[in-house]
Amino acid sequence: MMTLKVNGREHQVDADPDTPLLYVLRDDIKLNAAKFGCGLGQCGSCAVIVDGKAILSCITPMVLLEGKQVTTLEGLGSVSEPAPIQRAFIEEQAAQCGYCIPGMMMRAQALLLKNSKPTDAEIRAALEQHLCRCGTHMRILRAVRRAARLMEAADASSTTNRSAQ
Amino acid sequence: MNAPLILDRRRVLAGGGALIVSFSLTSAFAQDQAPAATPPSKPPGSLAATAYLDSWIRIDADGSITVFTGKAELGQGFRTAFQQIAAEELDLPFESLKVITADTKLTANEGYTAGSRSMQDSGTAIQNAAAQVRELLVAEAAKRLDLPAENLRTENGAVISPDGRRLSYGELVAADMLHVQAQPKSRLKDPATLKVMGQPVRRVDIPAKVTGGGVYVQDMRLPGMVHARVVRPPSYGAQLTECDSSAVEKLAGVVKVVRDGNFLAVVAEKEFQSIKAMNALSSAAKWKESASLPKQDDLLNVLMHLPSQDSTIFQRSDPSVSRGKTIEAIYTRPYQLHGSVGPSCAVAQLVDDAMTVWTHTQGVYPDRQAIAEMLRVPPASVRLIHVEGSGCYGHNGADDAAADAALIARALPGRPVRVQWMREQEHAWEPFGPAMVTKLKASLDSNGKIADWHFDVWSNTHSMRPGGAGSMLAAQHMAQPFAVPAPRPLPLPEGGGDRNAIPIYTFPNAQVVHHFIPAMPLRISALRALGAYHNVFSIESFMDELAGLADADPVEFRLKHLEDQRGRAVIEKAALGFEWKSGQKAPQDRGFGFAFARYKNLAAYCAVASEVEVNRETGRPRLVRAVAAVDSGQVVNPDGLINQIEGAIVQSMSWTLYESVTFDDTRITSIDWQTYPILRFDAVPESIEVHIIDRPGQPFLGSGETGQGPTAASIANAIANATGKRLRNLPLTRKRIKEAIDA
Amino acid sequence: MLIVGVAMAFAIVWRPVIPAIDPPAPYAFDAALIKRGRDLAAIGNCNECHTVRGGKNFAGGLPVPTPFGTIYSSNITPDAETGIGQWSEAAFRRAMRDGVNRKGEHLYPTFPYDHFTHVSDEDDRALYAFLMTRQPVHAPSRENQISFPLNQRPVIAGWKLLFLRRDSYQPDATRSAEWNRGAYLVAGLAHCGACHTPRNALGAERVNAQFAGGDVDNWLAYALNDRSHAPVPWDADALYMYLRSGWHPDHGTARGPMAQVVSNLSSVPDSDVRAIAVYMADISGTPTPDRKQEGEAALAQARSPSQASQTDTAGATIYVGACASCHETSRPLPYGGVNLALSTAVSSPDPRNLANVVLSGVSAVEGERSPIMPGFADSMNDAQMAALLNYLRARFSKQPAWTGVEKTVADARRAVTVYLQTSAGPRNAPADPTQRDKP
Repeated sequence: MMTLKVNGREHQVDADPDTPLLYVLRDDIKLNAAKFGCGLGQCGSCAVIVDGKAILSCITPMVLLEGKQVTTLEGLGSVSEPAPIQRAFIEEQAAQCGYCIPGMMMRAQALLLKNSKPTDAEIRAALEQHLCRCGTHMRILRAVRRAARLMEAADASSTTNRSAQ
Repeated sequence: MNAPLILDRRRVLAGGGALIVSFSLTSAFAQDQAPAATPPSKPPGSLAATAYLDSWIRIDADGSITVFTGKAELGQGFRTAFQQIAAEELDLPFESLKVITADTKLTANEGYTAGSRSMQDSGTAIQNAAAQVRELLVAEAAKRLDLPAENLRTENGAVISPDGRRLSYGELVAADMLHVQAQPKSRLKDPATLKVMGQPVRRVDIPAKVTGGGVYVQDMRLPGMVHARVVRPPSYGAQLTECDSSAVEKLAGVVKVVRDGNFLAVVAEKEFQSIKAMNALSSAAKWKESASLPKQDDLLNVLMHLPSQDSTIFQRSDPSVSRGKTIEAIYTRPYQLHGSVGPSCAVAQLVDDAMTVWTHTQGVYPDRQAIAEMLRVPPASVRLIHVEGSGCYGHNGADDAAADAALIARALPGRPVRVQWMREQEHAWEPFGPAMVTKLKASLDSNGKIADWHFDVWSNTHSMRPGGAGSMLAAQHMAQPFAVPAPRPLPLPEGGGDRNAIPIYTFPNAQVVHHFIPAMPLRISALRALGAYHNVFSIESFMDELAGLADADPVEFRLKHLEDQRGRAVIEKAALGFEWKSGQKAPQDRGFGFAFARYKNLAAYCAVASEVEVNRETGRPRLVRAVAAVDSGQVVNPDGLINQIEGAIVQSMSWTLYESVTFDDTRITSIDWQTYPILRFDAVPESIEVHIIDRPGQPFLGSGETGQGPTAASIANAIANATGKRLRNLPLTRKRIKEAIDA
Repeated sequence: MLIVGVAMAFAIVWRPVIPAIDPPAPYAFDAALIKRGRDLAAIGNCNECHTVRGGKNFAGGLPVPTPFGTIYSSNITPDAETGIGQWSEAAFRRAMRDGVNRKGEHLYPTFPYDHFTHVSDEDDRALYAFLMTRQPVHAPSRENQISFPLNQRPVIAGWKLLFLRRDSYQPDATRSAEWNRGAYLVAGLAHCGACHTPRNALGAERVNAQFAGGDVDNWLAYALNDRSHAPVPWDADALYMYLRSGWHPDHGTARGPMAQVVSNLSSVPDSDVRAIAVYMADISGTPTPDRKQEGEAALAQARSPSQASQTDTAGATIYVGACASCHETSRPLPYGGVNLALSTAVSSPDPRNLANVVLSGVSAVEGERSPIMPGFADSMNDAQMAALLNYLRARFSKQPAWTGVEKTVADARRAVTVYLQTSAGPRNAPADPTQRDKP
């Protein structure tokens, strides 16, 4: 048994320490967003955030995760209360089949956490490890730019709220 | 000018001649007028085959309304478009409807979700069914209110009388009221009054997809579900000679090893356990392989020397036209992948002799037939339910995964079995888009117009979709295997290897020959656009070669040969959007390219203008920007249409610049994203613009595949414009471009 | 005396301006000469330093970090104002041979004229023809960041006096023509020693430690002489395949700064690559019987089934979950991930290269078949990565355990960050998919 902290909640997980995080998220914790794409670290479908950084969960064994905070797309927001990055992808209609999108969103979220105003080149560089086969790339780029604006606006309003209190 | 002779016996057998005959008519809009020339005897779209209105629309007494489609949502956004259509014709709020997609227990048999036909088939059926249901409801209300139907109107799910009395659809509907056959003609909404159709309504599936909802078959978790992995042979035709699975059976979590001839699989309680067990089982399995694959670097000769069945599918002659300068060229295309990002997956469960399979197949009914045949049970005991998967772009591993799941689930009655392929299995075992060769020859007359046109295409069939158990890997690998069905060419006018082989342009002399190759050295089937991708690439590249020969601007040269008014409008729109100017010169190291096609010569029109930059030292090509124009008839969801065309351009760019399946004499060697590279973000264009020409009131024309061919040729033409070198072999890799520049 | 001294110093330092010419028209050069120049430029790896990734070809501007500061490569396109458009062939030859630009200024030896001085007139002429027919790019050179006194170019003249040996290549009549061709290329244009030979405190190659391994951009350029740590000894055939295709089944895949070298060598005449391989195999010498045996043992270990699950350390567990899916599933090279028993990085005297690769991975080459390895910088901390590296060393190498691995990882993590931000970035060579080793 091992304790894994995912989206702010602690889970007792019965998995071998060499089990990649992806299977624990999907099989044990019943989360959907992180996807199996290649199991080889070549496509980015399985990306999640660990301690603020995007990592590929298909090649990250549980032994590396002790004491760390895992965030998946489910942890950012929901259909009724979408996070800025989720709103941005909906508003830009940035999906076709959508299978690769959660990984892309987690990578973008990690980028925006450390760089709130990325250039187009920085967005592309961050997403370089991620494959999309439907050809939704133009919309994904637009959605990440929109997410940056939405996050900035959210920050601004929360700052205003704080100063008002 | 003589009328063209249509010599294709297959087309005659298929009885689909109306459109192709009309193809050569010179009047504008010939193709649209043709169907109207004879009064319709059947209702349109898929209503013709499934005529009962309640197969499409159900209204419950509580007023809840459900729309049924036999087509599958593959990420194209049909669920949303169908919902828009039904809401429009039924005068309902968009949100109040529910759409049920392909399920052999619930929906009509609409065959495959393929060929950009979903809007034409199912969209048209739903539109007409909804309009007729509305009329039935109005008629019922008229009876109850004792008013003439013309005095009633519908709004927000109810029929309303002039004095304000309101009868909801739920109140009006009675037991069998909708169980009536559709009429050939419907009273559709006036295009000028549309409220929901034509609007960029947001897709209903996206919120769940961006929040981690359980959307895909990969996300299914049924009570008691186990995880299976298949151990595929290392190569086509390999025989399993030895497999001691005793050690594997003792591994943690392993439930069962399933072996049936050359079919080998392992089932475990948890997913990663099944992968570990699969690796162990794979090490334990010994296979006898045989070298049976052709030479990859000599596909041109391989294909042209395989036995072929040749048919002249188009011929027109006018001996009075003089022939001047003549050129000829050969174009090739390699085997290419669907390359779904998510490997194929299915869930199956056998309960009391009834098999249920959840699958992302494009054809639940044909697959049900094939799986029933494989299991040697009646089709009625098998139910297939479509659940979305990763995008497929044609016949990928989905159907095979469904068969795998069914075969494994049969060995574990009662337990739901989820099987997902590994990356290398998807890459090596999916049926590829076929390699093709085209040979073109044309002459100009003294006015610089094309006087004579010859087009030969060599190709396999473009569909080996389940038409029987033998189409599926599991059935081929069983101890009592099913033979692969004999391949057949797909009938015109849609065609397969000859899709879009007949030029849309008008040439006084023309001959088109289809060399159908029955032998299939590699496993192949339908890949988005089928033969149209390569045929349009060839025709539109050659049009540029001829324009060069005639010293003409490529856009003007095309217009000079095109009589189809809607086609001309699309070309002009794309040229305008791109700011294409005759005689213009691209900036240093850059080139401009243009190409156009009407998909299948009967679906959506698409023109693509592109700007490509070429690095002269490395040969690296970069698509800088693309501008497309599209006419897909009446537009239901403009943003959905733009998304499809953008995607087609980006995907086709990846096919065109990078992609080819590789193999040695025995095995497929392109088995992952290292060995089969596709587009990554560093090569995504700076901009893609899509201009829509809406045609309210005109039939829906499929658009999902119309962009593939024009994009390929547009890029090739831009590279030729940038470098002065013509590349005729796909993909247009940096190595080939560099060699051409350095030559 | 003073006057003599000044005169001598003047003679050492002063170089005349060579008069500017009008940039010659591209058609002034023979096509065959240009073609030969292209091959030679590829052997010389010119594009690696003179092209910024994503920038204009040969327009310079690439920062080259040295122990003395950062030097920016120059624009070698035929642009009249900012490139070498006004250079005559004589001026070009003088730069190659003496490290002096057209205006008579001494060039820093990051431009490896200590090697290029050996290039023949004929080859210089071909290189000149190739460069003068490239597209001119207007790109002013960037200011070097070097502190006093090294920012005074006359100082370079002193360096040259000590270390620049001007001579043309003298063939060894006792050797084959192929060996001599290889020796000429290696000593001259290919400048292999620039990375693979250690340098002294003044940044010059140590003459008596040729090919004993050097430092380049925070990578260890492996020893190519008899001190090589490759688990399986190299021979001419293996070197040829590696240099030509970018990988070899017994040695793995070229990456880091070597990736660009083999990428360039993939387009040059076969005979030249073969000649380099023959010469370098001779440099590394015939392996001793012991060394041979070790090589066979490494190959045997690589072919035997995994033993990873038998151990239970953190390093072993990380290996199984993070590495084995590529490195131990019999996925064929060059795309499968080398079995680490064959990895020179694991057998190397210091873990720097291994740390670099594990941290930043190997990124995909746009649209080309190329090995991909994800980086693990964000999923492993220094201690975890050290545990992994120590496990790899213990399991896959006969060499003694490394010490201070965690510090090496920490240093590499910092260095990699700097490296990725300031250089063109290493890119892997596309390799040949048809050369899969069959079962």
